[in-house]
Formats: sequence, C-alpha cells, structure tokens
Amino acid sequence: MTAVASPPVAPPIKPSRKRTGWKTAAGFASGAVALFALAPAALDDFRLGLLAKYLCLAIIAVGIGLAWGRGGMLTLGQGVFFGLGGYAMAMHLKLADAGAGNLPDFMQLYGQLDALPWWWRPFANPVFALVATVALPMLVALLLGQLIFRRRVRGAYFAILSQALAAAMAIFLVGQQGTTGGTNGLTDIQGFFGYDLNDPVNRKMIYFIIAGALLLMLAVAWQLMRSRYGELLVAVRDAEERVRFLGYDPANVKLVAYVVAAGMAGLAGALFVPAVGIISPALVGVVPSIEFVVGVAVGGRASLIGPALGAVAVAWARTALSERVPSAWTYFEGLLFILPIVFLPGGLASLPRLLRKARK
Amino acid sequence: MFKIRGTRALAVVVAAVSVTALTACGAKTGDSGTSTTAGAVVDTSGPTVKVGLLNSLSGTMAISEVTVRDSLKLAIDEINASGGVLGKQIEPVSEDGASDWPTFAEKAQKLISQDKVAAVFGCWTSASRKAVKPVFEKNKALLFYPVQYEGLEESPYIFYTGATTNQQIVPALDYLKAQGKTSLYLVGSDYVFPRTANKIIKAYATANGMKVLGEDYAPLGSTEFSTIVNKVKASGASAVFNTLNGDSNVAFFKEYKSAGLTAAAMPVVSVSIAEEEVKSIGTQYLADQLTAWNYYQTTAGAANDKFVKAYKAKYGADKPTSDPMEAAYTSVYLWKAMVEKAGSFDVEKVKAAADAGGITYAAPEGLVTVDGPSQHVYKTARIGKIGPDGLIKEVWSSGQPIKPDPYLKDYSWATGLA
Amino acid sequence: MTLVLSQLFTGISIGAVLLLIALGLSLTFGQMNVINMAHGEFIMAGAYTVYVLQQVITSAGASLIVALPIAFAVAGAMGVLLEFLLIRRLYGRPLDTLLVTWGVALILQQAARDIFGAPNVQTRAPDLLTGSIHLPGGLVIASSRVFILVLALTAVAALTLVLKTTSLGRRIRAVVQNRDLAAVSGLATGRVDRLTFFIGSGLAGIAGVALTLIGPIGPAMGTNIIVNAFLVVVVGGIGQLKGTVIVAFALGILQSMVEYTTTVSVASVIVFIVIVAFLQWRPQGLFTLRTRSLA
Repeated sequence: MTAVASPPVAPPIKPSRKRTGWKTAAGFASGAVALFALAPAALDDFRLGLLAKYLCLAIIAVGIGLAWGRGGMLTLGQGVFFGLGGYAMAMHLKLADAGAGNLPDFMQLYGQLDALPWWWRPFANPVFALVATVALPMLVALLLGQLIFRRRVRGAYFAILSQALAAAMAIFLVGQQGTTGGTNGLTDIQGFFGYDLNDPVNRKMIYFIIAGALLLMLAVAWQLMRSRYGELLVAVRDAEERVRFLGYDPANVKLVAYVVAAGMAGLAGALFVPAVGIISPALVGVVPSIEFVVGVAVGGRASLIGPALGAVAVAWARTALSERVPSAWTYFEGLLFILPIVFLPGGLASLPRLLRKARK
Repeated sequence: MFKIRGTRALAVVVAAVSVTALTACGAKTGDSGTSTTAGAVVDTSGPTVKVGLLNSLSGTMAISEVTVRDSLKLAIDEINASGGVLGKQIEPVSEDGASDWPTFAEKAQKLISQDKVAAVFGCWTSASRKAVKPVFEKNKALLFYPVQYEGLEESPYIFYTGATTNQQIVPALDYLKAQGKTSLYLVGSDYVFPRTANKIIKAYATANGMKVLGEDYAPLGSTEFSTIVNKVKASGASAVFNTLNGDSNVAFFKEYKSAGLTAAAMPVVSVSIAEEEVKSIGTQYLADQLTAWNYYQTTAGAANDKFVKAYKAKYGADKPTSDPMEAAYTSVYLWKAMVEKAGSFDVEKVKAAADAGGITYAAPEGLVTVDGPSQHVYKTARIGKIGPDGLIKEVWSSGQPIKPDPYLKDYSWATGLA
Repeated sequence: MTLVLSQLFTGISIGAVLLLIALGLSLTFGQMNVINMAHGEFIMAGAYTVYVLQQVITSAGASLIVALPIAFAVAGAMGVLLEFLLIRRLYGRPLDTLLVTWGVALILQQAARDIFGAPNVQTRAPDLLTGSIHLPGGLVIASSRVFILVLALTAVAALTLVLKTTSLGRRIRAVVQNRDLAAVSGLATGRVDRLTFFIGSGLAGIAGVALTLIGPIGPAMGTNIIVNAFLVVVVGGIGQLKGTVIVAFALGILQSMVEYTTTVSVASVIVFIVIVAFLQWRPQGLFTLRTRSLA
C-alpha cells in the first residue's frame, strides 16, 4: 500500500497569532450576539426549539471537526457517545419524573421489574448523572481508543470499526427493552432538574444553555487547535510515521482528540434530551452517526467554525426541504455527501480563501 | 505535556457569554411554574380547515406508511367532494416522519403550532406514537392512530382506530386453541409490539394449557433467519405466532419454506402481514398461512366494495387495500362524525362529543363505534387464510364487534400484565 | 448431533452469503483502498434485475440463470460509471471516498424507491430452489442455501483463476502490491482500476441475484447487509482473497452458534467484541501483504 496522501483541507497554520486571536474573539462575540439576542428575538418558540436541536448537532460537529478534520480520524460512531450522554441524562430525568422509589413508566409497562436494575440506581443522583453524561462517553472512548490506536488501526479500518460499534450499540439498546425502553427509547420526559419542560419559558432556558455550551465547546476546540498539541495533531494526520520518529507517540495524540470529541458528543446528547424530549436507538446507529459527519464536510472539516455552521445549515435544510418536498430531501442529502467533498474538500469555510486566491 | 497558549481576549468573551447566559436563565426561570400551556388553537378563519397527515414517506417505514397516507387522502377527497365538514373543505398538510421518531415529534409540533391543524392522522410504529404522544398531550391536540398496536395505553388526546390486543391477538389465540394447537413458538421483531404481544400470549398460554416452546426476536430490518427457523423447527411446536415487521417477514417465510416447514404441518399466524405485504413476499411462500386482522380486501359489504373500487380507481387497479389503510380511511370519517356532532372544530368539544358515545360509521369493515372512555373503536376480529391469488380469505370471524379493552381488564388471566 | 450439524450448516450458509457480498468489496477495497458504501446498492441493482427480467421471462428458473450475467453487467457498469465520475477524483482520500459513496448509496436507494415503488417487490424462485434436501441422519438443508454456497465458491474460484492466470490478473496484483512501481513499469493503472471496479461491482450484482432467493427485494436491502460485509473485509485483511473467505465462514459460524444459544442482539454484540479482540492480535487483518511501506 502506498502512503496515504492527506487531502489539502487544512489551512496552513498562521504565524501571526496575536491578530487572529483578536479576530477569533470578535467572531465569538458576534456569534454570542447572534445566538443570545438575535435568534430568540427573530424566531418563535417552535423554530427556536428546532434551533436548539440543531445546535446540539453543532456541538457534535465541533468534536468531529477536531477528530476528523484535524486528526484525520473519520469517526462514524459518534452516535454511540451521543447516545451514552443522552441516555445518562434521560435516565436521570425519567427517574426524577417518576419520583423517589418509583419505577419509570416504561419499566412498569414492559419490564415487569420489581426493582430498579442496579446500573440505573446511581443515575438517581443528579450530580452523578450530570458528570456521567460527559465522563461516560469519554471513558468508553478512552478504553476503545487505547485498544484501537495502540495497535495502529487507522484510516478506513478505524472508520469501519467505529461504524460497526454504532451498529452493535443500537442493536444492543433495542434488545434490552425492559431496561432501556427498546426501540422506543426513553420518551415523554417532563421535567429538567425541577423545571417543567412543558413551559415555553423553560424551553427557552434550555436553548440558552445549549447555545452557551456550543460557544464553550468552540472555545475548547479553538484552544486545542492553536496549542502545540493542535499542531502535533495535524502532524499526526499528515505524517504519522514522521511524528513517531520525532519521539512522540501518535496513539496518545489521537487518543486525546478522540476522547474530547466523544465528550462533546456526550454533552450534545445530554442537552438534546431536554430540548427534544426523546433519546432512542434510532439516534445511535449507523445512519445518524454518518449523518453527523455530513454537516462537518459541508462546513469545512478542518476549520473551527465550519463544522458547527455546516451542521446547523444541513439540519435546517433538512427541515425546510422535507416540509416542502419529502422525497427530494434524500436526493439532496446524497448530493451533500458528494459535491462538497469532491469539489470543495475544504468545505464552505474554505470559500473565502479560494475566492481571494481566484481574484489574485 | 502540551503547553496551551491562552489569550485573555477569548477568556473575556467566554466569561461574558456565560454570565449573560446565566442571568438570562435566572431571570426567565423566576416566573416559571405558574404559566400553563394553552391548548392548541385550530385555525378556522378561512374557508378551509387544515388537518395534518403524519406518515413516513422516506426511510424503512415508507413501505407501509405511504399506503396509509394514500387512503387518508382518498377519504379527505371524498369528504370534500360531498361538501366538506361543517361547510369547510378539508386541506391536508402532509409531513414526512422519515421513519425517525424524533422527526415525528418535530413534525407533530410543526403541524400543531405552525399549521394549526384541527387533527393529525398517522403514525405507524409504536415508537413513533410514543414519541408524539407527549407532544399531543402537551399541546392538547388530536391524533388519530390507525394501526393495530400492543394496547396498554389510553392517551386522552389520541383516538386509536386500529385494533388493540383483545381485538386481534386474543381472538387469534382463541382460534388456534379451537383448532387444537397446544404449543406455540413466538417469533417477532425486536420492538415494543412483539414483546408486549408475546407477554400477553404467554399469559394466555399459561391459563389455557398451551405451551410456549420458544421466543425469538430479530432486530428490525434483519434478513438472516436461518438460525431462528432452525430453532423453530427443532422445537416441534404445533403453530408459530409471528409478530415480525416489514422486510424481516420476506426473509423469514423464504427460510421457513426452504426448511421444509408448511402451513399444514406448522401454520404461522401473522399479525403484521396484510395484502400489501403478501404482494411483496410472494404467494409462493405464503400459501395457506394465517393472518389475524379486522378487515380484508375481500370483506363482504357494500361499504367495502365502494372503498376498494374508489381506491383502485385513484391509485391503480393492482393496488390492494389492507387493514391499516381501512382503519386510516375510517379514522377521517370518524373525526368528521365527531366534529359534526360537536358542531365545532374545537379539540375539547370534539373530544367531549366522542366521549359522550354514539359516534358510529358504516366502515368498509362493518359498523364501527367509538368507545368513549377508552377512545378506541369496537372492531370485529377476523382470521384469514392467504390464497394463491394473494388475497386473504376470511376463515373465522368474531361475528360482532368486540369492545376494546386496551388494558385487558376483563380477562382474568391478564391480571398483572399492565 | 443432527442439531449441531444443521446449525453448522446454517453458519456455513450465513458465511456463504457474507462471502458473496464481501467478495467484490475485498477486490475494490484491497486493490484501490476504496471503500465503496454503494456496494449494497449495487447488490440491490442485481436483485431488481431479476425482478425486471421476470416481467419478460415467465420461467422462474430461466430468468434466474439469465439474470446472473445480466446482473453482473448492470452492477459492473454502475461501478465503472461511479469510478469514472467520482472515485477517480478521490484516490488517496479513502475516507472521503467512503462518504461520497455513501451519498451515492442514498441517491440510488431513493431512485429505486421512485422507480419501483417503496414496497418490496416480489420475485419467483424456481421450485427446485424453494425446497430442501434430505441428507442421511435426518439432516435437512435448504436447497437455496446450497445454491448460494456453490455460487459463492464458484465465484471465489473464478476470481482466483482470473487473478492468478490471466494477464489482467497479473496487472491487478501488480497494482495492489505497488501502485507506483506498476505505473512506472508502464501499466495503465487507470484502466486496471476501472476493470477491477467492473469485476468487483459485478460480483455485487451476482450477490443480488442470489439474495432474491432468501431475502426481501427492496430499496433498503443494501444498507442492512453492508456493515457486516465491511467487517469481513477488514478482518480478512486487504489484498488477498483467502482472508475474506476464511473470515466470512468463521463469522457466519460464530454468529449462528452464539445466536442459537442466546439472542440475535446479544450475538451481534459478541461478534463485535470478538472482532475488536481479534484486531488486537492482528491489526491489519488475518492476512496482509508484506510491503516495506510504513503507511
């Protein structure tokens, strides 16, 4: 096999940090204004709820951008981490809805259990559940990443393995109906840490939390990208062997990005639950996992803001298009996978650069 | 290990954002708790009234749900041609659930709050119904659900026009028992309906001296059945109760026949195979197997003749009609009857009119009556045998509509199931 | 004992299906490092070929036999088209190819839905292939499964023959082992690629014909089977057929044995765990080409 040449997707690392620093800060500020002031003013409750859902997808996208765009690891199994975070949160909320000592409604219906299964019990504790939404996916990613990256499984092998993981996880969740709700997943979530989710005011609060989380994750990703670690990550993507010869362990470098991406997906899952009110195996499997990636590719995998913007844009297009012409959406989605990747590998984020080049 | 170079600028922005976010939340949550969600507003200002059609038009469930959407549209066209409801033409707004449960919830919300529909018709899988149920309850809007399901549910904002378990599964078991079948093997797709149905079947078997020799579930969409069929065969059961859904049925019956199992030696009773599925599996594999439904294309009666004729005229002579399609078609007429009795499109008034009882409609399956308290429908159970022409012939019927009993309260063996 | 034997045969027959599906993939993936996610849809195209042919040819047996070469040509042509239009532009970017072909898969699925309708279509199988064969000892095996096993083994044999003895095969192997050296030696690697893709995709068409005997024929049939087929190729190791053959049967038997004693969902999780564990031992798959390349 010949060496795999890297796609020309990453912008060169710019030497003048100070200027870009302020530019990025200005970007963050305008993003914050758009998310916290403009969107709530311009959108009605329903559309704002949709935007909250899109922003959850954007949080996953930031993680994928880090792992794939910067680290070269195409993870087709982010649904697993999204699901772990989502289920952790939903388990707590279901237990809180049921009240102390009671079983969640679906367990009484389908499980015929006398008592809560042992692995549900810790999730009654809100602090444990909150920590678990992010820690659990990161832990699983750490274990899996250790196994995979240490043995130098990479590239397409890694992608296929992560996809198989998503498939196995979805099938497993479906199979445990009595304790996970099976295909239905965990639905009908009423409250969020004491706040009634049926109240539009509280739903707006959820939106603000999600928007804040997205900005925070973008900041984390930005810090990682511009640090020495970020440079090392890109180096591993482009020439893993050379990095090894320089004395670094590429497995460790990859592991960090993979685990951070998993944590972001878990956080997104946890926030998705109060925003949408459902988590189910349908959000965990092969298809959603690969759909998380398309927004990243459209927006520009290696840029900071591209993945998030791409994810929101694709999700918005999906809603808008499927409301008008249902069957056309599938064609459109197919084209979204094809056209940007073939003709614009840097995504929308690379357009300004290309245009500037063209003008010269 | 890795040195991270921070900038104060970013820290300032992030801090500012978090503070804004927190104060925004604090202020907003302060006045929560007292405000209650208002009921859905039905837009009746124009000459038309909107209703929502919520079906999967793409994805794996499109196979079944497109036909339901078609028959819903047929009913709406017929009603519009005969003057509409309360003098208003019905304007259907069709949304694609895309075989994805959260999408169903999103689209339901859209139909209610953006389109301000008077009622929504649709959903197929239990998972999609469970996903939209809180949406309808929260918004106090109406859903008409047209598919046979696993029971154990009574939402005040859902009308169930398909069969519940005592109108389909229990009669099928009675039939098998009368045929002298003493042992069963249960095969189903891995989701709520089969698992709940099988729970009921096991309780029934225990109480009626039947044996359940095995129980297997395949993931939805699974098409590898050689192992399961091997297990079925080795069990030597006298009949198989099949709750598989969709694609899996094709693979299962092909495997079943290949293993040398026949309807004469070990009949399969299916509760999710209607005329449309028979067409896609092939009579070669299905001849003489049994089904349990409330309606077949061959069901006798003038109302059915009219329905079948109208459907074929609109969608093609080769298109069969089936139980869920009929239940969907009926649901639109039942809603019309409720609205006319209430004299209003207002959801609470429509519900009150239905709950008072006496809503009936001469459906293709026969006269159906809405049971006020449970919001289910009285239905006649029918066991059918699949013929070589792909149609299903009735071999047994309950004779009269059975009162819906979603929690199986009237069956002593079923205590403790719900 | 009969039970064990019959379950063993079940495992072998699951393996045969996996092998038939994965064979073409092993060629395109091994040869060009191209992950073709639309492979499942080429299989679908093969299955629909049978359906279309049966509208013309009424005899089920004849239509099945005619369908084999036609499905090979149809799926092969689709493969060449895909290679020419898209994949050619993406060599050296295997992950991008994966995503692009996934997009192609989505479009092909929806196209099938629009052309043939969303419901599954029905094909007839010859009576000979719907029955079963009784072996001594009370063992009963499905004749359709025997047919698929024979077909899969024939395909492997034919492919091996082509690869080992023909000049095309020599060229393919040269490109697999060292693409740059092959190009420098004057091989038209582009043409070799296209031919390889034709054969690999054509094999998907054959698999599609075989699947009409045991499974549904519908727009979603490709997606349901493709993930497992990729696992077979990855675990088998690229560039060599024997890995794919051994792993397909091993996975089939493992799946059927675990499934018999537990449930389908537990079986699929166990199979995944076994695969991850296996890759700890042999991260490049069962068999690998020895090269001096580091990547």
